[in-house]
Amino acid sequence: MNMTSRVSRLRDERVTLAHGGGGKAMCDLIEEVFTDVFDPPGMEDQARLTDAALREAGTRLAFTTDSFVVTPVEFPGGDIGKIAVCGTVNDLVVGGAVPLWLSASFIIEEGCEIALLRRIVGSMAREAKAAGVRIVTGDTKVVGRGSADQVFVTTSGIGVIPAGRDMRAESVEPGDIAIVNGVLGDHGAAILAARGDLALSTEIESDCQSLGHLMEAVLKAAPGVKASRDATRGGLASALNEIAEAADVTVEIDETALPLREEVKGMCEILGLDPLYLANEGTLVLFVPPDQTEATLEAMRSTEAGRGAVAVGRARDKGPVPVTMRTAFGGERIVDMLVGEQLPRIC
Amino acid sequence: MRYVQEFRDPVAAKGVLAAIARVADEIGVTKEDPVHIMEICGGHTHAIFRYGLDKLVHEGVEFIHGPGCPVCVLPMSRVDECVELAERPEVIFTTFGDAMRVPGTRKSLMQAKADGADIRMVYSPLDALELARRNPEREVVFFGLGFETTTPSTALSIQQAAREGLTNFTVFCNHITVPPPIRALLSDPHMVLDGFVGPGHVSMVIGVHPYDFIAEEFGKPLVVSGFEPLDLLQSVLMVIEQIRDGRAEIENQYARVVPEYGNPVSLAAIEDVYEPRPSFEWRGLGEIDESGLRICDRYSAFDAEAKFGIGYGAAAGRAVVEEPEGCACGLVMTGRAKPTECPQFGRGCTPEMPLGALMVSSEGACAAYWQYGGARAVEAAE
Amino acid sequence: MCLGIPGQIVEITDTERQLAMADVSGVKREVSLAPVSDRPLADLVDEWVLIHVGFAMAVIDADEAAETLEALRGLGEAQETLEQIAEGERAFMEDRA
Repeated sequence: MNMTSRVSRLRDERVTLAHGGGGKAMCDLIEEVFTDVFDPPGMEDQARLTDAALREAGTRLAFTTDSFVVTPVEFPGGDIGKIAVCGTVNDLVVGGAVPLWLSASFIIEEGCEIALLRRIVGSMAREAKAAGVRIVTGDTKVVGRGSADQVFVTTSGIGVIPAGRDMRAESVEPGDIAIVNGVLGDHGAAILAARGDLALSTEIESDCQSLGHLMEAVLKAAPGVKASRDATRGGLASALNEIAEAADVTVEIDETALPLREEVKGMCEILGLDPLYLANEGTLVLFVPPDQTEATLEAMRSTEAGRGAVAVGRARDKGPVPVTMRTAFGGERIVDMLVGEQLPRIC
Repeated sequence: MRYVQEFRDPVAAKGVLAAIARVADEIGVTKEDPVHIMEICGGHTHAIFRYGLDKLVHEGVEFIHGPGCPVCVLPMSRVDECVELAERPEVIFTTFGDAMRVPGTRKSLMQAKADGADIRMVYSPLDALELARRNPEREVVFFGLGFETTTPSTALSIQQAAREGLTNFTVFCNHITVPPPIRALLSDPHMVLDGFVGPGHVSMVIGVHPYDFIAEEFGKPLVVSGFEPLDLLQSVLMVIEQIRDGRAEIENQYARVVPEYGNPVSLAAIEDVYEPRPSFEWRGLGEIDESGLRICDRYSAFDAEAKFGIGYGAAAGRAVVEEPEGCACGLVMTGRAKPTECPQFGRGCTPEMPLGALMVSSEGACAAYWQYGGARAVEAAE
Repeated sequence: MCLGIPGQIVEITDTERQLAMADVSGVKREVSLAPVSDRPLADLVDEWVLIHVGFAMAVIDADEAAETLEALRGLGEAQETLEQIAEGERAFMEDRA
């Protein structure tokens, strides 16, 4: 049943503690704002999943969970709901799994606008549909004002890994090529601007998107893909460091190959930030054997999420540091893991 | 022209590097017996590592990373005073992001924020002014930090606040000046420096002449430099050409931004708002005469030291905070040791838990060494 | 304390407070023109300035920039020529061998 086709029983404009009390108010909120919106047959307290879907798609289960907090909860290019779906879907995807089911759990601050919740849930439903996953179970809790920042979302995801797929960072070998699916740092830059306290205005939008279709296209065209990571918090630099450490190789990237928007570069110049460490929410890096580079790039570019795919570097024999970068200037620099959070600097 | 990419052209770089190599060979410097060039400014240190310039130049040219990082040289006692101000319930404490992680004796501003202090990172003192306008019931304190580059922006903000009659905006002034510590370094009998690359954005405000004493009294060359990699390489070339020719002059590589006599409006604002302190403490270097600025009496309504009774040298019995044992910041800053030669580097002193001044900000020499691979150097040595 | 970046003044936003919108690679930020207010504000529109902590600290001198670049490129071209000569000599020697 479509929620717009009947009279709403929810009278409040904002969430009150009553909506977390276990009574009728809570039932109305859950039904109208959440379960009715997620794809039929809707959500259940305990989802019963048939193993037929598993056997059809693969031989091993993949299971992941992630919590999402973002300020502001709505930003250019997405909102916390879209990230919560994309993030968990992408966690499954980069491990080679086909994502099937998600759970969604909401911690809602007293006073949160119900209209905002509806928008967030709407974008979750849209994104889940686009990614081909179902949100099958969930939970809500309401906490007092100040105990949360509007709304926090936790999603867990189950997927299956088809037989024969074995993507793991340890498999990366010297010679393998590192490929990213598009521009770097858009999410981090968009969020920085959207917070408003730095008074910067830009057209940059978050890259928030799910990568399942892209990965399936790639694995069909280039089954030799060794490993993949989504370059979320800590950016491309952190993803590459993790892979290099796990695989016992050094990854060398080429600064001139890095896809960066002019605005993102500008933002980084202004605030003294390094785009390699800016967060992404729809960007992955994967490693393929050199002879499958072209096939991989072609497959990526045939998908919406991979139009900007480009090779950015390669693995080589282990050197003294995990990740180095040939600078556009002809020098070489080390790309280490970030210490703490990147703060805007003036010196 | 956009004034950035043009100055990162790798083709031109090859030419400058080759010219540097030729001059270095003419002087006869080698890896074992190099020419020591200090880049004073932390921004230059950062650029050198970011573009890998230290590895590109002739091996007979060695960069010594100077004290030009105001966050690094901020004494711990001042951080303590910041925390004290920030913890007042009526205060909104505003600061550049750089200062958030600097450790005090009790805690950093980052930790104070976690403990409940209202601390906001701003990009500009203009943003602090705006906060003051919007929160008339709160006291907005701006953490004025930095060299001559930044000093005018704080002064102009104070003048603006005075024009508007704002009564809830003050500055906790920690502005410091570049020439005095250079004099202190050059007066050190153990000093090994052969020449300087000067901070271009400081000279954009003060011009080139405040450095005349370096050439005239100490016989060393200085070239005021821009911040793009080609700027830095050209400046290094100009310094070693002077050394080859036996000249000691103050030259200006960054003429597109640096006027010979600086920026008159900024200099007038500095003159109007501040006066020199008799001396100021530099972390790792100690007290240096007339190296710090305070807000003069005319603007005392905007001086957090006056308004909140906190102040440099004001607190009787203010304990001088000793630098930690084994910390070699002083040696590193004078070019007598490399960061990696410090016994604490990477052991007792890391960017997560900095002991010494140079590990504090990403602009500090030790932090730059660490971020761009120093961690591995320690591991490799062990 | 030296992070300064070039940006272009797009429009004057507040004459009294000497504020203007500056553009850095498509990112916009309001900056103070106070330090460069010794020339008429209106003349600063379209000019490139050096921005530090939200203040236009200097107007960038296009002629000086061009001169610096010319000198740098001169060094680059000289080096390319040298390398080409060296390459030519090497080829010549190899031919003889």
